[in-house]
Amino acid sequence: MASFTVNGKPVSVDADPKTPLLWVIRDTVGLTGTKYGCGAGFCGACTVHIDGRAQRSCQVQVSAAEGASVVTIEGLSPDASHPLQKAWVTEEVPQCGYCQSGQIMKAAELLASNPKPTRQQIVTHMDGNICRCGTYNRIVAAIQRAAREG
Amino acid sequence: MTATLKAPALTRRGMLAGIGGMTFCFAFGTDGTRILPAASAATGPIPLSPWVRITPDGNITILTVTEMGQGSGTSIPLMIAEEMDADWNKVALEWAPSQPELYGWPDRSGQRVMTITGSRAVMMYWDDLRTAGAQVRKVLITNAAEHWGVDPATLKTEPSLVVDSRSGRRLTYGEIAAFGKVPETLPSIDTSELKARKDFRLVGHSVPRRDIPLKVNGTAQYSIDVRLPGMVYASALHSPVHGNSAESWNDGAVKVMPGVLATVKLPGGVGVVAETFPQAMAARRALRVKWSRNKVDGLDSEKVLDEYAAIHADPAASVKIVDSKGDVKAAFAGAAKVYKAEYRSDYTYHAQMEPLNAVARFNEAGDKVEVWDGSQDLGRSRDLIARTLGLKSNQVDVHQCYLGGGFGRRSLADYAVEAALLAREAKRPVKLVWTREEDLAHGMFRPMTFQCLEGAIDNSGKVIGWHHCVVGDDGGVGLVASGMRTSTYYALPNQHLELRNVDQGIRVKHWRAVAQNFNLFAIESMVDEMAADQGVDPVEFRLQRMSITAKARRCVETVAKMSDWTAKRPEGRVLGFSMSERSGSLGACVVEASLDRKAGAIRVHKVWVAADGGIIVQPGASKANVESGIVYGLSSALHERVTVRDGAVEQSNFGDYTVMRMSDMPDEMHVAFIDSDGHPTGLGEISNPAIAPAIASAFHRLTGKRLYHMPFTRDRILAVLQA
Repeated sequence: MASFTVNGKPVSVDADPKTPLLWVIRDTVGLTGTKYGCGAGFCGACTVHIDGRAQRSCQVQVSAAEGASVVTIEGLSPDASHPLQKAWVTEEVPQCGYCQSGQIMKAAELLASNPKPTRQQIVTHMDGNICRCGTYNRIVAAIQRAAREG
Repeated sequence: MTATLKAPALTRRGMLAGIGGMTFCFAFGTDGTRILPAASAATGPIPLSPWVRITPDGNITILTVTEMGQGSGTSIPLMIAEEMDADWNKVALEWAPSQPELYGWPDRSGQRVMTITGSRAVMMYWDDLRTAGAQVRKVLITNAAEHWGVDPATLKTEPSLVVDSRSGRRLTYGEIAAFGKVPETLPSIDTSELKARKDFRLVGHSVPRRDIPLKVNGTAQYSIDVRLPGMVYASALHSPVHGNSAESWNDGAVKVMPGVLATVKLPGGVGVVAETFPQAMAARRALRVKWSRNKVDGLDSEKVLDEYAAIHADPAASVKIVDSKGDVKAAFAGAAKVYKAEYRSDYTYHAQMEPLNAVARFNEAGDKVEVWDGSQDLGRSRDLIARTLGLKSNQVDVHQCYLGGGFGRRSLADYAVEAALLAREAKRPVKLVWTREEDLAHGMFRPMTFQCLEGAIDNSGKVIGWHHCVVGDDGGVGLVASGMRTSTYYALPNQHLELRNVDQGIRVKHWRAVAQNFNLFAIESMVDEMAADQGVDPVEFRLQRMSITAKARRCVETVAKMSDWTAKRPEGRVLGFSMSERSGSLGACVVEASLDRKAGAIRVHKVWVAADGGIIVQPGASKANVESGIVYGLSSALHERVTVRDGAVEQSNFGDYTVMRMSDMPDEMHVAFIDSDGHPTGLGEISNPAIAPAIASAFHRLTGKRLYHMPFTRDRILAVLQA
């Protein structure tokens, strides 16, 4: 049994302790905004915040989340009003959209610690998140917009 | 739609009964688009569903098709809304059901299909859906005219309003829906009654895509997100060697694993069903399968290209003429100079971000199955599932979901068939998810090719002869021949284009822009080689020596201006140029590139693309689509390569199958569309085929050497530099 919070709500899960947190979030808790992309930590589609840090939930065992505060894309803001979500819409970032939850969660970690990142800092921070539609330059623009407009 | 937990913006199919208002059922017949009134639609031979519904409160529902990020999910209903003059703010969208007979566009044989490939959704639906929208508008006007007792010709429409400008009276579409009737015989629409381009309120105005807000808060529903009551999970293991099937496996050992409910033999593999997805994956990992054998066993893709070269050299090889005109032999015999070069390209993988998956549920009687799929072809998905399971098409209902990338892979529903087979066996709703490793190893690849290009130049320096041979696995569906024809941009007088087809046994498929990827690499590299040898600027060479068409000339001149083609570049950087052609569109592309000679790494700093896609329905989405193509093309040109050794795919995940990442990106991408009144054509695949030849052209300007094998990996570049 692992107990933690997801988007502020307490969750207790009776699962094999080695179960990747990703599947607990998607199939047990039922929040499907967090995506399965590679299952191996290569792509970042499953990125969530664990105690404020962006982590790949496919690489985190549920037992390691004991006592933690997990935030998913659904919990980033109650109404898509986070500056990054607004900027993502303004810059028309998503295409297929499948990677974008992970992209936004990864970007939110950056802005939380560095509100005015340089382009190079953005690229360095975001480079582990794959977007097969190639929306990278719009992601950069949206992060810069969110940093600017708050 | 009580089955899925969330489907906020796109629920499927409202119910006709009880809503009130007007329902326009467009039945596509052989005589063009017709609208049937709801009454006759309900009693018609086929169960009809409405494309457009207007309720007395003024809300309008329009159905839509495949959305994989390219924008057609918005542009398809937008075309109807434009001609019916709907207030777009009052339009809600729903997915069209899997009924191509009603919701398809006519293919070459006249059969209606819901195929959304080649970036051709707008192109294929444009005429029918504009006509359909105009018919709705005409019916609304007729009803208003009768209501007021005036001549319909005196009435006009504004968004969701019929206006009598003489009296100043107005009726909203909702008000008309409260009393209006849809006639038995619907008005015909002459093309002159369609809106002129200058009158478009929506088309050409970059209306925001409807799916974007759902993709920033996790609510867009992909098939992998569908959850049904009582649903269980499945994964599959396919033969590592394509074409083999499972002869036996350690069934007893797998079935006793925690949570495992069933194992099922699938075409080419074994499926495992379990209570949870991690349990299904664990069972998949534990499978020990004895596979059959076929000709792919032992295959080595490195050696295959040598075999292709031998097929090209073999005078007895079977040849299919793709096109032949003029007197090619005479052109070469009388040429002032002839050129010849060979090109090679490797297998590539779609690598869509959402691994293939589908959800299937049978009814209790076991004679109807529903499948949730992010599909590029709902109709063929339905029919393939029906055929494989021994059902009739009307026993299968495929529900559309958002696609986490398509790129050509999701027009074939082999994975959805598997989900249906597993659900039938497990007698439970099943969500089948292929692991990323499965998605790659059991992928369907862009075929590898060998090509030989020959060009002949006359005394005036003009290209007068052209010979192009491609050797590869056509897959029976044109996977290596598309893009060989140059006639829409280079109207060369004497041409011979031939295909030498190979049935390799490796699964092959359409891959964003299909054969244009390697054919344009070869064609444009050959042109660049001739231009360089003739001492002519590559842009000037196209304009003066290649019998260029007027439409292509506009693209070339536009991109030359955009990129300031003749201006000096920063130290170490040069420009490369390429033409592009795909899905009825033409394009021209310039890249600014540099080379790290020590690392063998090409870097593309800037890209410019000018494209002629006719009327652009959604300029914003089209621009994003062309940008996406640029990145896909860079990825293909510089990185992507599937290799097969001893019959099995060597790559397993994004760790060894390299795609573009943010740090690889050009600093700038500039896209312009030629202003045109032409019929819309495809734009999402116009840019990616141009990138490799443009880079190869730049590489030659940097080094004096040529790249003949795509992708231009660092090893290959270093080898070329050292040669």
